[in-house]
Amino acid sequence: MTKLLEIHDLQTQFHTRDGIAKAVDGLSLSLDRGEILGLVGESGSGKSVTGFSILGLVDPPGRVAGGRILFDGEDLVAGGEKAMKKLRGKRIAMIFQDPMMTLNPVLRIDTQMVETVQAHADVSRKAALARARDALVRVGISSPDERLQAYPHQFSGGMRQRVAIAIALLHEPDLIIADEPTTALDVTIQAQILSEMQALCAQSGTALIWITHDLAVVSGLADRLAVMYAGRIIEEGTTAGIISKPMHPYTKGLIESVPQGKEHGTLLRQIKGMTPSLLKLPEGCKFAPRCPRADAACKPEPPLEERETGRRVRCVHPHTEPLAEEAAPT
Amino acid sequence: MTDAATDDIPAPDGPVAVKIDSPAKRFAREFASDPIAVVGLILFVLIALIAIFAPLIAPQDPYDLAQLSIMDGGLQPGESSFGTGMTFWLGTDTQGRDMVSAIMYGLRISLFVAAVSLGLAITIGTVIGVTAAYFGGKIDSFIMRIVDLQLSFPAILIALILLALLGRGVDKVILALVIVQWAYYARTVRSSAIVERRKDYIDAARSLALSDRRIMFRHLLPNCVPPLIVVATVQIAQAIALEATLSFLGVGVPITEPSLGLLIANGYDYLLSGRYWISIFPGIALVLTIIAINLVGDRVRDVLNPRLDT
Amino acid sequence: MIVYLIRRFGQSVLSIAAMAVLVFLGVYAIGNPIDVLINPEATQAEIAATTARLGLDRPLYEQFGIFVWNALHGDLGNSFVYGRPAVDIILDRLPATMELAFVALILSVGLGVPLGVWAGLRPDSIAGRTIMGGSILGFSLPNFWQGMLLILIFAVLLGWLPAGGRGETTEFLGMRVSFLTLDGLSHLILPAINLALFKMSLIIRLARANTREVCLQDYVKFARAKGLSGRRVVLVHILKNIMIPVVTIIGLELGSMVAFAIVTETVFAWPGMGKLLIDSINLLDRPVIVAYLMLTVLIIVTINFVVDVIYSLLDPRIGLSEMKG
Repeated sequence: MTKLLEIHDLQTQFHTRDGIAKAVDGLSLSLDRGEILGLVGESGSGKSVTGFSILGLVDPPGRVAGGRILFDGEDLVAGGEKAMKKLRGKRIAMIFQDPMMTLNPVLRIDTQMVETVQAHADVSRKAALARARDALVRVGISSPDERLQAYPHQFSGGMRQRVAIAIALLHEPDLIIADEPTTALDVTIQAQILSEMQALCAQSGTALIWITHDLAVVSGLADRLAVMYAGRIIEEGTTAGIISKPMHPYTKGLIESVPQGKEHGTLLRQIKGMTPSLLKLPEGCKFAPRCPRADAACKPEPPLEERETGRRVRCVHPHTEPLAEEAAPT
Repeated sequence: MTDAATDDIPAPDGPVAVKIDSPAKRFAREFASDPIAVVGLILFVLIALIAIFAPLIAPQDPYDLAQLSIMDGGLQPGESSFGTGMTFWLGTDTQGRDMVSAIMYGLRISLFVAAVSLGLAITIGTVIGVTAAYFGGKIDSFIMRIVDLQLSFPAILIALILLALLGRGVDKVILALVIVQWAYYARTVRSSAIVERRKDYIDAARSLALSDRRIMFRHLLPNCVPPLIVVATVQIAQAIALEATLSFLGVGVPITEPSLGLLIANGYDYLLSGRYWISIFPGIALVLTIIAINLVGDRVRDVLNPRLDT
Repeated sequence: MIVYLIRRFGQSVLSIAAMAVLVFLGVYAIGNPIDVLINPEATQAEIAATTARLGLDRPLYEQFGIFVWNALHGDLGNSFVYGRPAVDIILDRLPATMELAFVALILSVGLGVPLGVWAGLRPDSIAGRTIMGGSILGFSLPNFWQGMLLILIFAVLLGWLPAGGRGETTEFLGMRVSFLTLDGLSHLILPAINLALFKMSLIIRLARANTREVCLQDYVKFARAKGLSGRRVVLVHILKNIMIPVVTIIGLELGSMVAFAIVTETVFAWPGMGKLLIDSINLLDRPVIVAYLMLTVLIIVTINFVVDVIYSLLDPRIGLSEMKG
C-alpha cells in the first residue's frame, strides 16, 4: 500500500527584490494513514510554507520550484491547480493559526459551511446544512442551529477555532494540516482543542500534520516529529525517541529551552543567536554559526542520514547520549 | 531564541557604520528614489517659476490693451502678428491676445489663489485642531461637530453658494477656498495631536506650569506636521482644480484677472467652431500643474506614511 | 438596530436644521434680505407687501420662525425671473439631474468595482497597471476639462454624438427621461461618462487597495483551502468585504455627484437643476439659489442617512456595536 503522503526534494522559493529566498529547500517527508506528525521549527524555518506547498496555496511571489508531492500516489506538483482543487477541503483540509482571521467576518457561519459542503458534494442546501450541523456537534458546539445563523464576531476565539475544525472535518479528509491552531488561544482551551483533535483524528482515521514552534504542545500529541531549520529538516524520528534523546544540537537546544517547572531558579537554556535570513544563509550546515559543536567538518552541508532505525539527523557531530533525566520534558 | 540573546553575538558582517541623517535629508533621499516623482517635482518647480516671473518672461502683457490688436484675433498656433510680426506659438484669442502670455499670467493667478488659500486654511485649521485636541471635552466635541457637518457637504457646493452670494473677486475666491478647506486640516491636526496629548510628557510639561499656548504649539504641533503635509499635498491640487472649476462656471475670479479656469471658459464658446487652442492650451497647462503636484504628493505620502508603502 | 436608526435619523435632522440656520444667517443677518429676496425691479408697493409677508420688519428670531415655517411648507420664495415659486422651478428640473446622476452612478460602480478588483487581483499585470494609470488620469483632470475633451473628441472631431442638450424625452414613472429613446440616449452618454469618470477613478483605487488587502487575509486563504472555486472566492468572499468601504464612498460621493452635476450640466447644457443654479447666479435670481441650496442639503443628508443604513446592513459588526454602545 502506498504511503498517504510522500514529499521528495520539495523546493519552495520566494522571489523578492533582494534575491531568491529558499523558504523550503530540498525537504523530504512521508506520512502514513492516520499518523500524526509534528512539524516543529522557529518562525521562518519554512514549516508553514511546507504546509501551504502541500495544498498548493503558496502566494506569489512564492512558488513551488521543484520536487514532488505524492498524495495517495498522485503527484500534486505535476497535477497543478486542477488536481489540487479536487483535493482541497475534500481529502486534505487545513486549519490556520489565528481563528479570528480564518472565518470571513461578513458571512454567516452557515454560509461558510454550506459552501464548503457544496464545493465537493452535489447536495441540496438542506442536506448541506444538516452536515454542517453534525460537524458542529462533533466538535462540541452546543445549540448548533443557533450558532449556524451567527456571524464569526459573535464567537469567542476557542469557539471560532472549533468552527474552523468543524469545517475541516466536513468531508472527513484523509489529511488535516494544522498550522499552529492553538497558539492564539488560552492555555486551557489549547489543551481542550488538542485532546479533541486527537480523538477526532483517531475516530476517523485522519492523518494530521501539526505545525508548531512549541515542542511541549506537540510532544503529547504526535506519533513522529520532524524538526525544521532554515527550510530543511534537520532531525526526524519518533516523538519519544527525539524527546528522550535529541541527536541534533538544535533539537537539543529546543528541548532544553522548554520550561520544566520542576526546580525554581534554574536558568532556562537558550540557543544563541537568531534564525538566519533566508537570503543570506551560511555555507555548509545552516546551524553551524549558532552551534556549540561546530567545526571545520561542518563546512560541506551534512546530508540527512539515518543514524538509528527511523531516526534521520542532518549533523556530523550528533549527540549520542540520552538527555539527562531532569532536562527531559514530562 | 529570545531577543535578549542577540546582544552577545556580533553581527555577521562585523560592525556596520550607521550613518544618521537628519530627517529632512532622509526624506529627500527616499523621495528621490522614485524617478517619476522627481520628474513631477522638476515640472512643478518649472511651472512655479513661470508663474512667479510671468511679467518678466511673457512675450507680451496680455492685459495691456495697447499691446493687443484686434487684427491678430483668432490666429492659429504658429501664425505671426500682422502688426509686430511676433509669432504666436499657441495662437491668439479673439481679441488678438497671445495665448502663451495669457497662460503664463493665468498660471500666476491660479497658483497665487491656491497658495494663499492653502496657507490661510492650514493656519486656521491647525490652530482650531490643536485647540480642540488640547482642551478636549465640550470644546473638542463642538468643534468636531462643525467639522463633520461641513465635511458632509461637497466642497464645490459650499464654495459655489458662497460665491453666488458674495460675488466675483480674487479675495472672495480665496475666502471660499479657505472656508471649504480649513476643516480637513483641523481634523487631521486634531487626530494626531490627540494621540500626542495622551503621552506622559505633555502632563510633565503641564506640571512644569508651562503656558497652554507654549505646550500646544511647541510640543503638540511638531508631531502633527507629517500628516499635515500629506493632507496639504492632496488639498493643494484640489484647490487649484476647484478654483479653475469655479472660474469656469463664472463665479470665480473677475474677467480682469483671468486664471487658467477663466481662460478655458472664455475659449469654450469657440471650441465648437473649431478654434480649439483658445481653450485647450490653458487646459493642458492646468492639467500639467495638477498632475505634477499629484506625482509629488503621491511620493510624499509614500515616504511619510510607510504603512501604505507596499 | 432601531435605536441606531433613530439616533442616526436625529443626526440627519440636526444637520438640516444647522444648515437652515446658516442659510438664514447668510441671507437675513449678513446681507440685506430686501436686496436678496426682493426683485430689484419691484415697485414700492411690492416691496412693502413682500416685507410684510416675510416679516422683514420684525425681530430676527421672528423672521427665523417665519423662514422655517415657510420652508416646512415648501415655500422658499418666488423666482424673480420666472415669477413662480422657486421650489417648483427646481423640482421641474430635478428629474433631469437625477437621471444624469443615476446613470453616472451605475457607470462608475458597474465599471469601477470590476476594474478595481481586477487590478487588485493582478497588481503587477499590464492590465492592472493600465487601469491604475487611467484612474490616476481620471483623478487629476478637472471635471469640466474632461467634459470639454469629450465634446472635442466625440462631438467636434468625430461627430458621433451631440455636444449638448437633452434630446428627445419620454414619460417614465411620471418623469421625463432621456434614456428610453435613441436620441435621448445619445445625448445622455457623454454627460453621464463625464460625471462618472471622477467617481469611477475613486472607486477603482478604493476597490483595488481593498482587494489587495483582503487577498492577504487568512480567511481568503482559508476559503481557498476549503476547495472553493476561484470565482466564489472573488465574488463572495472578497467582493462582500470590499463592498463595505465601496458603499461608504459611493454614499459620500453620491452627494458630491449631485453637486458636480452643476459642472457637467453647464458643460453639456443639460437642463437640470445644476444648470438652473448657474443660470440663476448669472441672473441674480437669489430665491432660486436659496431654494436650490436647501433642497440639495435635504437630498445630501437623506442620501447620507440611507447609506449609513445600508452600511450597517452590509457589515454585521456595525449594528451590534452600536446597539451595545
